Amino acid sequence: MRRTALRQDMCSGSWRRFAGPKREHIRTPDEVDRSTANEGMAPLAFDEMMTADNEPRLPYKTYNSWFESQDRSRLIAKSKEAENIFRKTGITFAVYGHADSSEKLIPFDLIPRIIAASEWRRLAQGIEQRVIALNAFLDDIYHKQEIIKAGRLPRELIERNDAFLPQMVGMRPPGGVYTHIVGTDIVRTGEDQFYVLEDNARTPSGVSYMLENRETMMQMFPDLFHENRVQPVENYPYLLRQSLASLAPPGCQGKPRIAVLTPGIFNSAYYEHAFLADQMGVELVEGSDLRVIDGRVKMRTTRGWTQIDVLYRRVDDDFLDPLTFKPESVLGVPGIMDVYRAGNITIANAPGTGICDDKAIYSYMPEIVEFYTGRKALLENVPTWRCSEPDSLKYVMENLADLVIKEVHGSGGYGMLVGPTATRKERALFAEKLKARPGNYIAQPTLSLSTVPILVNKGIAPRHVDLRPYVLVSDKVQIIPGGLTRVALKAGSLVVNSSQGGGTKDTWVLED
Amino acid sequence: MLLGRTAYGLYWMFRYIERAENSARLVDAGLRMSLTRSHLNGDLWDGVLQTSGVGDVYEQHYGKSSAEAIDFLMRDKANPSSVLSCIDTARHNARMVRTALTRETWEAVNECWLDLKTLLAKRLKPADLPEAIDAVKRKTGLIRGAFHGSMLRNDIFNFSRIGTFIERADNTARILDVKYYVLLPAVTQVGTSVDNVQWESILRSVSAHRAYGWVYEGEYKAANIADFLILNGRMPRSLAYCYEQIVNNLEHLQRDYGDRHAAHETAERTMKSLQDHSIKDVMDQGLHEYIEDFIGQNNQLSQEISQGYRFV
Repeated sequence: MRRTALRQDMCSGSWRRFAGPKREHIRTPDEVDRSTANEGMAPLAFDEMMTADNEPRLPYKTYNSWFESQDRSRLIAKSKEAENIFRKTGITFAVYGHADSSEKLIPFDLIPRIIAASEWRRLAQGIEQRVIALNAFLDDIYHKQEIIKAGRLPRELIERNDAFLPQMVGMRPPGGVYTHIVGTDIVRTGEDQFYVLEDNARTPSGVSYMLENRETMMQMFPDLFHENRVQPVENYPYLLRQSLASLAPPGCQGKPRIAVLTPGIFNSAYYEHAFLADQMGVELVEGSDLRVIDGRVKMRTTRGWTQIDVLYRRVDDDFLDPLTFKPESVLGVPGIMDVYRAGNITIANAPGTGICDDKAIYSYMPEIVEFYTGRKALLENVPTWRCSEPDSLKYVMENLADLVIKEVHGSGGYGMLVGPTATRKERALFAEKLKARPGNYIAQPTLSLSTVPILVNKGIAPRHVDLRPYVLVSDKVQIIPGGLTRVALKAGSLVVNSSQGGGTKDTWVLED
Repeated sequence: MLLGRTAYGLYWMFRYIERAENSARLVDAGLRMSLTRSHLNGDLWDGVLQTSGVGDVYEQHYGKSSAEAIDFLMRDKANPSSVLSCIDTARHNARMVRTALTRETWEAVNECWLDLKTLLAKRLKPADLPEAIDAVKRKTGLIRGAFHGSMLRNDIFNFSRIGTFIERADNTARILDVKYYVLLPAVTQVGTSVDNVQWESILRSVSAHRAYGWVYEGEYKAANIADFLILNGRMPRSLAYCYEQIVNNLEHLQRDYGDRHAAHETAERTMKSLQDHSIKDVMDQGLHEYIEDFIGQNNQLSQEISQGYRFV
């Protein structure tokens, strides 16, 4: 008896490319779960909603009276509803090394974080200054290196830095913009005290959560948006598209074609990549869709190979071009760096911008801002001890129990010591590492991050927060009012990482 | 114009959604047959497994006994055509082509996946089977509804539809084949009541039981049923109908893109032969031979589409 022909399956042949587990599981800064600098217990923190006399602070007045008029059980039900919206929409992040069942939701708390217009203006000025300085700094270190010649920054900090790309030396990106999309992480410790915790000049993520949080809040509580005049964030995809299009390469004729480059469906931030491409109305491409043909980057379409002019890349430098960087990478596009150098494609953010995310560079930011803008930095850095300097190292060794010590190139909370919560033995072990390679570490005090209440079964309870505003750079600097507020859901915890039980809040900047 | 990979993802996403639904229908037909012909049970599930094209895979895992057949067809990860595997792959593809789908369509796929994943998490009790099968039909129906109600009629739509109809034609052909190839016990039973029960079950498995009654006035005859499922241009699961849709969608692409591929020739040739032949021609060639040829050509068309539109 003959058998009927075997069934066709996607699994045969190249389907493996997508279905197989063998993607490069790189940890990139392109992940929402990063750790804040300061972990451990903080006693009395500044609460952004309620004063010590249990009165609402000014920006929260209207919200607070609305909140008090609400039925608590209805709000709890709304909370569940929000979770369902997120699950249905598929707003998830993947956890590496697991199958699809490990897609996780980032918890959403429905009490907004509210910032007054005046507070925001101050922040925005400081952020704008910082972002301008970052771009000037990048242009300088890849060209004349005036800042080194002026003796304001040690040469080895640049030239012996893994994130410094010699391939970028002498190369000026279209429009002179290096970091097009920046996330400046900010923490607050008091009424007037804001600090920059870190700069994300490479591939800041999380903006899709900012947008979905607002969307969800407007769906669930339209009345709140009648009573409070909240500055809009929803035009971000439009602004992003405009901003990218305005920096098309010199070799682009006509309307620039834009695409988002993702490492693929297994990347933890894949949802965001798809979301942004969708919202901007541009293609979402993977390295395997792209090829360099006749000196241009082209994508394989149903009608043949089509040119791309601007690539918003969400893969790391190392994976961008196997001919220039990691030869074994399949995520990138062989030869793309040659096209870039020839002025036939814009890569956003430019390769080599990651050096700004370096924590040793961070410690020089006050000098960097002053050097390029001629003014003192408007936003403060968290005080930072560079363990490479003998005096600092001595101080750090003597005060391990009060400090947070981080690796210069570390991210995601790896390789760090949180002095106040570490055991004596952990501290002793870390002290050995510190002595062996002091240049690899910096130290910071444990900050008492501000709190905003979250909804709990018994009512509300204060929890620590941080803030990541998003900045777009083209011929102008545009700062989206608000950003992503991450909140530690455990009482007393200063860890806002999504991987460690952190959540997010909608962030409102009020109109004047 | 869209990315070759996106067209590829859409095409297979809709093939797998269609396959999930058909796998559930097959189990449904098997269940009905087992109720009426209990002494045939062993052969019966073996026949259903063969129809689904997964007989060999099943045997590798569970040997000769067909005791695991229902579980294998509904939720076994080792079976790439089980309902659960199909939905998993379809949803995986939907994530991959998320930017090509409307929010409604994506959410329908995502919800289908979330619900069926829960529903099929554990082995089903016989009493829960009808409800599970029903849920599969309902959830895939919601995807279809969201898709039709919200998608622009452009090339994205065309590739999706082509995937649906190539898969459906394949499934209908397989269902027909199993009748002649496994379920027919002996020549002497053709036209007997035993035979009728099986034919009826086949019709039920393509939800065409009542429609058949309208068109052929209720008389179960092998030639009529074959005519209905192969040549009837009004029957939405017949080979003729599927090919009319495939050709139609390929024509749209031709008009949009301004070029033709080998796939156009193949699809038009197959459609023409479905329009020109009578059921007598088919039966003279031998139903099994005819169907095997058809499945082969259908697979070839799939390859040609993949090449013509640069899926990989």
